[in-house]
Amino acid sequence: MSAQPSRPGVSAVAVGASAGGVEALIRLLSALPADWPAALLVVLHLPRDRPSLLVDLFAPRCALRVVEAIDKEPIVPGTAYIAPPDYHFLVEAGEAGEPPHAALSVDDFVQYSRPSIDVLFESAADVFGPRLAGVILTGANDDGAAGLRAVRRAGGVGLVQDPDEAHASAMPIASRDAGADFVLPLAGIVHWLQSQHEAVSP
Amino acid sequence: MTASVDARTTDIELKLLIDAIFHRFHYDFRGYAQASLKRRLTAACERFDCATLSQLQDKVLHDPETFPGLLDYLTVQVSDMFRDPAYFRALRERVVPHLRTYPSLKVWVAGCSSGEEVYSLAILLREEDLLDRTLIYATDINTGALRRAEAGVYPIDRIAGFTENHRRSGARTSLSDYYTAAYGRAVFDKSLKKNVVFSDHSLATDSAFAEVHLVSCRNVLIYFNRALQDRALGLFREAICRKGFLGIGTKESLNFSAHAQAFEELDREQRLYRKRGDA
Repeated sequence: MSAQPSRPGVSAVAVGASAGGVEALIRLLSALPADWPAALLVVLHLPRDRPSLLVDLFAPRCALRVVEAIDKEPIVPGTAYIAPPDYHFLVEAGEAGEPPHAALSVDDFVQYSRPSIDVLFESAADVFGPRLAGVILTGANDDGAAGLRAVRRAGGVGLVQDPDEAHASAMPIASRDAGADFVLPLAGIVHWLQSQHEAVSP
Repeated sequence: MTASVDARTTDIELKLLIDAIFHRFHYDFRGYAQASLKRRLTAACERFDCATLSQLQDKVLHDPETFPGLLDYLTVQVSDMFRDPAYFRALRERVVPHLRTYPSLKVWVAGCSSGEEVYSLAILLREEDLLDRTLIYATDINTGALRRAEAGVYPIDRIAGFTENHRRSGARTSLSDYYTAAYGRAVFDKSLKKNVVFSDHSLATDSAFAEVHLVSCRNVLIYFNRALQDRALGLFREAICRKGFLGIGTKESLNFSAHAQAFEELDREQRLYRKRGDA
């Protein structure tokens, strides 16, 4: 599957995952090259009371730079930003000529989750509009469905992992039923993301 | 296309509402980070039965009951006692030895909300035998939250989490030494707040008010844009004594601030800083 010619390439891809998400994210993140032309914004539901080891887990397997999102950190292409445990991860528009930056909050849980996929997707949709893709992977709740709707409402693309293939199907099903542009196996999602590279490269 | 126009309209309404609140009530949210503010206000629309932020603005200006409730939506963060136990452990290990050298101490908990952080620090200082010589300033812009902080009463179902955090902070005592449980609530010991001054203070509009040895301001700066963050950090820089200490949230950073040079890292992971001798 190739990018539709009428669409601009994406500037950012927001990814949400829950149960079974570590393995799926490793496959996805490790498939992208260091010069991939977009930023990845990642929320994975995790126990809230211990330091996240995700960066240590992902970084050695990825060509992309992988970091934990820090408040006010600029969001630039070729980098994957992982939401820290027990914070919501949002995107804030950059002031005059500056890139967008990460924003964190300790506001209440949304759908029992902090970080919440909906919170990330809705704020990223506000900032990136049609230059955003939202990806919902495996998970056992329905966080992300409202977020993916917001992404598509703002003109972005919604991708959902094929529920039959996902480790836990509830989250992809909820998102698919709320509306998605593509429902694909993980390999297909990876391929779509890689094609963004070709879409923008000379 | 319609979607992006709608988003822009919402941004305009948001700005007008924030301006209205500033002019009418003198609470200044103009320097708050937009994304979370927008989320909160959108939630408030539902709560106050308004279809748009413009309707909420109308209600805020014309119905005197509305603003106090809205203020809670805008400002109250519920924190846990000893949230990030490793921060408190680092305070004990890296900061307390210096604090011991002063005959009297002043500590500022900026943006204390409903007080969890204040009691955590008071208990830590008591355990380190420093509380009797310490004055703690606990400030917030929300007077309702300050009253709750001063009361020091928390639902009993939160105590298990507080206790576990406290234990992991390097505790020398049991948390149960500091509260009495009754009717589903835990009431914290009055002696903890004997030397605490709870007061109304805005990091957006007020000035520094005292010289202090330690400022603890965690997960407050994340709600501010860079300019307001700089203003707040400027106040801390002014208030903190020579070679005094600053603690911020573990996912906050001084790196993006104009005041970064005024502080040196004491504990990078736990975001503890020390004001430079020449700053």
